[in-house]
Amino acid sequence: MTKKSGFPIGHVLGYLLSLLLTFAAAFVALKMDSLTSHVILWTIGALAVIQAALQLFMFMHVTEGEKHAQLINILYGVFMAAVIVAGTIWVMTSGMHYH
Amino acid sequence: MSAQVNTAHSHISDPGKSKLPLEYQTLQGQMNILGFWIFLGAEIVLFATLFGVFGVLGTRYAGGPQPSDIYMIKEVLIQTVLLLTSSFTCGLAITSMRQGSLKGLIGWMVVTLLLGAGFLVMEINEFAHYVHEGATMQTSAYLSSLFVLLGTHGLHVTLGIGWAILVIIQLLQRGLTPQTATKTFIIGLYWHFLDVIWIFIFTFVYLKGLVVG
Repeated sequence: MTKKSGFPIGHVLGYLLSLLLTFAAAFVALKMDSLTSHVILWTIGALAVIQAALQLFMFMHVTEGEKHAQLINILYGVFMAAVIVAGTIWVMTSGMHYH
Repeated sequence: MSAQVNTAHSHISDPGKSKLPLEYQTLQGQMNILGFWIFLGAEIVLFATLFGVFGVLGTRYAGGPQPSDIYMIKEVLIQTVLLLTSSFTCGLAITSMRQGSLKGLIGWMVVTLLLGAGFLVMEINEFAHYVHEGATMQTSAYLSSLFVLLGTHGLHVTLGIGWAILVIIQLLQRGLTPQTATKTFIIGLYWHFLDVIWIFIFTFVYLKGLVVG
């Protein structure tokens, strides 16, 4: 965090990797017809989580400042998000076989 | 780390303090940044509720249009690249700020906002296209939850553009001070956050819709 000058290599790397992950996800979802939708969803979901984590560290500098408080807060937010999304879908679709 | 900058009122003349970037040099600045991270935690949860709703209702088409009928994946990819690039140029703006370059900072912020505005124009065109196709908020539960999720994100981008313009005006009036640096760093965090949310919209709304729907 004290770096004052020089080429922002972390940002450039983060940008290129984010582009790569975006197009990789699009390619897997749109072009790889041989995979089951189950495999595709888990793959693009994993790519999304990787890209989000990448940007959190390389763009947002989450480890600067009050790094422990910030990291714990974001991890807690992500945990709540997972509980809310998975819990909502689980509760609202259980017992409903509407297909 | 707060202890070492508690008395940082005379930070500029004190070479020992200049190790910290401007935005962290006052305790107020540090606390504002920490506070904003906590706000972002709440924003994660806000969007989680909307993703949860979309996860439940996203396949209730009610006989109306389905994802493959309305999504324009090429446009969505361009939107994605625009927002990702704007997040990158926003990072370059903060890098310029830390190098002490007000010109570089404002220049990259303007590029960031232009890219953000481009994203917004494309999203508005997308909504107009959906409505033209007969896919309105009232058509089905799928479209209600879609418009609420995309609209909340788009509203955040809109507010972010307005907020960043106000910060740029302050930078022009007051130059780089610990106060304006903190404000700039915080709008930067907000802008990056909007792109992080978009990753999940791109993945679980558009790509998933085209795979499953």
